[in-house]
Amino acid sequence: MLLLLLVVSTASVWIARLYPAPPPISHNAILVDRQYNLTLYATGTAFILAQLGLAYAIVRFRDCGQRAHFTRGNLLLEILWTLVTLIVFTGLGVLGRGAWADVWFTPARSGAIQVEATTNQFVYTFRYPGADGKFGHLDPTLINAPAGNPLGIDPNDPAGKDDIVVAELTVPVNQPVELLLRSQDVIHNFFVRELRLQQDAVPGMLIPLHFTASRIGTYEIVCTQLCGLGHHRMHSLLRVVSLSDYESFLRRESPAP
Amino acid sequence: MNSADSTLQASSGRPLGFLRRYLFSTDHKIIGLQYFFLALVAVTVAIILSLLMRFHLVWPAAHLPFTSGGIMTPEQYLALVTMHGSIMVFFVLNTAPQSAFGNYFLPLQIGAPDMAFPRLNMLSFWLTLAAFLVMLSAFFVPAGAPISGWTAYPPLSGINDATGPGEGLGQSLWLVGILIFGVGSLLGSINFISTTIDLRAPGLTLMRMPLTVWAWFVTAILSLLAFAVLFAGGILLMLDRVAGTSFFLPAGLVVSGELEMHGGGSPLLWQHLFWFFGHPEVYIAILPGMGVVSHVLANFSRKPVFGYRAMVLALGTIGFLGFTLWGHHMFVSGMNPYSSLVFSFLTLSIGVPSAVKTFNWLGTLWGGKLQFPAPMLFAVGFVSFFVTGGLSGIFLAQPTLDTELHATYYVVAHFHIVMGVAAIFGIFAATYYWFPKMFGRKMNEALGKLHFWLTFAGAYSIFLPMHFVGIAGGVRRYADSTGAMYLAALQPLHLFMTIAAFSTAAAQLIFFYNFFASLNRGKPVSANPWNATTLEWATTWPPAHGNFAGQFPSVHRGPYEYSVPGASEDFLPQHLPEDASAPHDGEQNHAN
Repeated sequence: MLLLLLVVSTASVWIARLYPAPPPISHNAILVDRQYNLTLYATGTAFILAQLGLAYAIVRFRDCGQRAHFTRGNLLLEILWTLVTLIVFTGLGVLGRGAWADVWFTPARSGAIQVEATTNQFVYTFRYPGADGKFGHLDPTLINAPAGNPLGIDPNDPAGKDDIVVAELTVPVNQPVELLLRSQDVIHNFFVRELRLQQDAVPGMLIPLHFTASRIGTYEIVCTQLCGLGHHRMHSLLRVVSLSDYESFLRRESPAP
Repeated sequence: MNSADSTLQASSGRPLGFLRRYLFSTDHKIIGLQYFFLALVAVTVAIILSLLMRFHLVWPAAHLPFTSGGIMTPEQYLALVTMHGSIMVFFVLNTAPQSAFGNYFLPLQIGAPDMAFPRLNMLSFWLTLAAFLVMLSAFFVPAGAPISGWTAYPPLSGINDATGPGEGLGQSLWLVGILIFGVGSLLGSINFISTTIDLRAPGLTLMRMPLTVWAWFVTAILSLLAFAVLFAGGILLMLDRVAGTSFFLPAGLVVSGELEMHGGGSPLLWQHLFWFFGHPEVYIAILPGMGVVSHVLANFSRKPVFGYRAMVLALGTIGFLGFTLWGHHMFVSGMNPYSSLVFSFLTLSIGVPSAVKTFNWLGTLWGGKLQFPAPMLFAVGFVSFFVTGGLSGIFLAQPTLDTELHATYYVVAHFHIVMGVAAIFGIFAATYYWFPKMFGRKMNEALGKLHFWLTFAGAYSIFLPMHFVGIAGGVRRYADSTGAMYLAALQPLHLFMTIAAFSTAAAQLIFFYNFFASLNRGKPVSANPWNATTLEWATTWPPAHGNFAGQFPSVHRGPYEYSVPGASEDFLPQHLPEDASAPHDGEQNHAN
């Protein structure tokens, strides 16, 4: 009875989509959703059948004075359900690998806009290479946030002169973007739920992550890796804007020559 | 055997004093009870911590008596997160099913007088207790308990309190506690393995062992291999913290504006070492429950376990595969994306032996003559939760979906259902089932049933909605929901879960009352009250030191001979000789 209630209530909350994930904003996120739905149908069917089977068994075979049916098992059944679950479970993995490969087995398209994302307790800092297309050299001994150099950009490197350093990520719509994730202190994370994408930023590593946002709007960036007492308020924004708005953003934020 | 014999002889000569008998006992049954009561204390502490968290998530501005400014700070919340997880994993889910029930019933079920190394057994318990006290003491140092979670990822955990409050002395005490626990666990697992291999009764072949014994045996092997690695990792982390080494710390770290003098280490190395332990740990928590559930389902279905050999094979396969898939905790960590795919397929394949177990449990129920005392209810509940929690794992096993769900409440719901609730239902099934053997009385049936229904409904009410919080992007380990704008919409679900959590916790008071009241006032029972077949019921209550009063049983058949056609009773105990027409122990000992 309770198991029945369980199945019905779970299914109904899901069907009503009371608390859904937000709409996807990239082709990859759409693939993720497709794989999510596929997995949901497969496991949802198994969930309903198993719970109802359990409920049926405990009602149907409760002690009414009958004698239990003696059996030690059935080899054919064992082989059957081993094979079926093996095929279903690994089959899901095979079908879902594409969305993973799109992000991780293929580098960002050439001409992708490179943005460096640096994390520290408890802020994101984004750096654009500026007109020369080159990031200036970084030196951790030069890091001095109060003096306006939170990343430790070397003042003697000409490539760093035009670097744009901002607290929010602005990207043009439908343009491939390659984020280069770094961290200065502990492990943080970059998560945008509309992109269905998260990646840790690990000190000592430079981790590339690419995406193409296809819908103009403002989305939230949150940290999902426990990083200290301010973890819950580590937050930034992803602004997906038109190409012309992007260009005026670059002009506005460029350091005075 | 020698060691067990010598303690027996030493103890049988003269009566033991109170201290030697109940406190510094080498009797596996007393040690099992000591572990059990330690787990009972630990679970009480851990549940109180979780209720404080649930309260804070819904009413963050409420004034609480123990906090300095009256309102819980983020670091206090994270200390609760860390300590709740650590206490539950180590001192409840590891301690109760394996160390407590395994200690008490493994020797009884294989017809042995004690564990192979009784003094080592005592040492294991005292180390575990010491570990618990050391870990708890982290709450009472000035900056409080660590805030890095039970996973303690460096650099957050690897430097000192520059990374946050609690990361100084608190984190060190936590780590020392884990190291002590690891030693106790290693010694315990050596003992379990030796006992199972060497001390089985004549005729008790491996394929005649109860599935509980199989589960404890496989779990002990997992403990031995997993805790050794955690121990090594823990030592390295400690050296990074106190000796200036850089196993897990790379060059160029700037913490709170200060450049750290470290270099050459890798934060990911810790994650590999930790999860090489941490994933088998999940199976250490759940395998004994699987054994108990198989045992109990057969008993109250009055049928042999369906597919006994497949069940043994599945236990072994889960144990083996459990060591090959730790990387699924690290899909977003920055490790090589090709290895993610390998870990993903290994993780999906561990669903197969898990599904085989579920099918066989259903097969055991199918066509049975089902009786529903409290242990059976909890065993059925275990199967339900195991199915639910197992299936949500199929999502997380795919890196494609993990990039959406990782570190959200979806993960919290998944592992709480499968390694928390299911494992605890296994512990409850074991407690109600073996209470008569441990204390000579039955727990109250009506209260047991009430406890089951409230807990079953309550646990689902807490953890099913939690999946939806995760799907909507609710991030775990957040001290409040003010950081991101979209989190506010999820607060109604949090309120529902908090109410459910408090109600479910209150329902556990029924269990505590039933347990302690039944110690003295429960209905006295015969030596074999459930008409069961295995050796723990072949001795009287209470089993004396040495278990079988010198009359060691020999075994003549498999463990689950229920409703065998042609037999006069619907159960054939393992120790009865072949001409099993004689009356059984269960009837002989009614006077007990």
